[in-house]
Amino acid sequence: MAKKRKINAESIVSEAERHLSIRDVWNAGSAEKLTFFIMGFNQLKHKQFAKGAMFLLLEIAFLGWLAFSGISALSLLTTLGPNKKMTTGLDKDGIPVTIQPDNSVIILLWGVLAILIIAAFIVLFIQNYKSNKHLVYLTQTGQHIPSNKEELASLLDSNLHKTLMAVPLLGVFLFTILPTLYMITMAFTNYNKEHAIAFSWTGFTSFGQILSGNLAGTFFPVLIWTLIWAVLATATTFLGGVLLAMLIESKGIKGKGMWRTIFVIVFAVPQFVTLLLMAQFLNTQGALNNLLMDWHIISEPIKFITTDSNAWVSRATVIVVNMWIGIPVSMLTSTAIIQNLPQDQIEAARIDGANSFRIFKSITFPQILFVMTPALIQQFIGNINNFNVIYLLTGGWPMNANYNSAGETDLLVTWLYKLVFGQTQQYNVAAALGILIFIVNASISLIAYRRTNAFKEG
Amino acid sequence: MKSYAHQRLLSLVGRYALLIFLAIVWLFPIVWIVLVSFTKNSTGFVDTIIPDNFTIDNYVSLLKNENGVFPFVNWLVNTLIVSVLSTIISTLIIIMMSYVLSRLKFAFRKPFLQIALVLGMFPGFMSMIALYYILKSFNMLSIGGLVMVYAGGAGLAFYIAKGFFDTIPPSIDEAAKIDGANKWQVFTNITLPLSKPIIVYTALMAFIAPWTDFIFSGIILGNNDSKSFTIAYGLYTMVFNSKGSATTYFTQFIAGCVIIAIPITLLFIFMQKFYVNGITAGADKG
Repeated sequence: MAKKRKINAESIVSEAERHLSIRDVWNAGSAEKLTFFIMGFNQLKHKQFAKGAMFLLLEIAFLGWLAFSGISALSLLTTLGPNKKMTTGLDKDGIPVTIQPDNSVIILLWGVLAILIIAAFIVLFIQNYKSNKHLVYLTQTGQHIPSNKEELASLLDSNLHKTLMAVPLLGVFLFTILPTLYMITMAFTNYNKEHAIAFSWTGFTSFGQILSGNLAGTFFPVLIWTLIWAVLATATTFLGGVLLAMLIESKGIKGKGMWRTIFVIVFAVPQFVTLLLMAQFLNTQGALNNLLMDWHIISEPIKFITTDSNAWVSRATVIVVNMWIGIPVSMLTSTAIIQNLPQDQIEAARIDGANSFRIFKSITFPQILFVMTPALIQQFIGNINNFNVIYLLTGGWPMNANYNSAGETDLLVTWLYKLVFGQTQQYNVAAALGILIFIVNASISLIAYRRTNAFKEG
Repeated sequence: MKSYAHQRLLSLVGRYALLIFLAIVWLFPIVWIVLVSFTKNSTGFVDTIIPDNFTIDNYVSLLKNENGVFPFVNWLVNTLIVSVLSTIISTLIIIMMSYVLSRLKFAFRKPFLQIALVLGMFPGFMSMIALYYILKSFNMLSIGGLVMVYAGGAGLAFYIAKGFFDTIPPSIDEAAKIDGANKWQVFTNITLPLSKPIIVYTALMAFIAPWTDFIFSGIILGNNDSKSFTIAYGLYTMVFNSKGSATTYFTQFIAGCVIIAIPITLLFIFMQKFYVNGITAGADKG
């Protein structure tokens, strides 16, 4: 870590300052000592009013929050609310009333928020300590202590990152980190249809349900299909895109821009429009089947994506439709790469008598693949989580009687969606499934990036 | 020699034929969407390629809200409000964030990029229930809440714009600094004027998103009155809230889709180039 810091030396602390220990700061004087308890005190003493006041006010706000709601939020978190059942009791006038069970959903939310607020306060406390230490260092070495005005001016210069990131980070905190942590904690409860209001901590039960319990018979087949789908969907769109780009870029084809635009239109139309329409088009009584029957190619309708289709027919249909959607984007990106490929190698190969296929196989394709690898990994992860195509096209059908609230074409994400919004409402299992999807995503990216890095260096 | 020229001509004709065939395959469903929107609907199910009798009834009854359940014009207005607000806030957030992460050096930069990568690997659906309860407990299951969700997610959508800022040579910043500019002045007076393409791209992407998102808007606005829906969710309810996907309103649904798809398609064709630059900028670095 120490080495890394030196690289970022521009705005970072000097060697001598880093050697100041907590004890040095503590013993520097009474104001410094007091600043450990009354945050911002030393800064105020040195006339850094804005900074000092900010620390002080935030500390007061934090302590106030802790006293009035923080402590109760945290203590409720241990049980998620003691009243688990609806009971009858007497209100203060002695009239019988029903007492609702505690709302664990809200208790958990405030509990997680409380933990995050405390974490934020610890960060603030460390910032306060660092600022205090900096003041000690400046006084001891007799350097100029920045005035209030200079401190504020630094927010537009050496501290510009703090100014610009403040609002975005608040957004990330509230709308990404808080919900993610909330859902992670939910995986360790029994929040489901039976415990819809009051629920309790149950440890790893929901993970057990997925990995070896009543849902294992669904999880593993769905996981395998998800991986097959991700490989096929990524490979077909990539290959198709490269070939289409080469066709458009090949010599003698006029109006290249126009051809590209024709294909890009498909990508531009919102997916929920094209996919819902495709579903209608491929229906048993839909336009495609009628057309094929009119032409006497088939005698009775093909069941592409109905509830009782053959599993592999539906899966193949999904992959073909996905090619229709994905190839144009892939074509756009590979065009950009093809246009920048060095031509001399290709010319040399042609003079040596290699035919177009050899050139493509041995020169063009490997080079495109090399440039595209990171993008392909991202696409692969994107396909694992490709909700739209499956949900809008097949809705996860055809049915499989052995699965628990999933169909033959369901991916892990669409299954997750069904677990939450479907009939079964197994929120805890859905949350655990989300964590498992995260683990799948993270391990694939980790392996892939490691391999590509090794590939680059070796 | 003659046979060689002959062969080349044959290859060119072959390639044109293939290209035309592919273009038809790709464009056909799009053309069909437009045709369906002009089809007279009696059964709620379209089984023809070319409509038997053309009609503009679908558009008329949709815009007039003749059935009284699908206030299409309200949806248009709502979506316009959401997308304008979310475009302004998201673009500001994305540009600030990506500039900071690309250009400014500070100790927290590397860890933050890693945290962002990890957060991005959680499936978005996981946080949806949580977002629902968060907004509910702040009493914000409304269009305002939807804007906040879109804008709140923008803080982690910095990759493409960051890739752009990475390509602006740092020597320009250095020169301005020597002339006495502080970092804020470098950002506003030097970098931003150079960044028009990426600002336009970011803004357009942020603008388009609310028009196509039916999932988040459905979860946040789904329990409200249908007048407060955004267009994607509203259209979605037309085909899904009745029974199955084949309903009485299918052709009207398609007409509504055509109305929103046209501007989005035009915007997209217009910014094709930015899109490619964005992807390849990300790909180059590995």
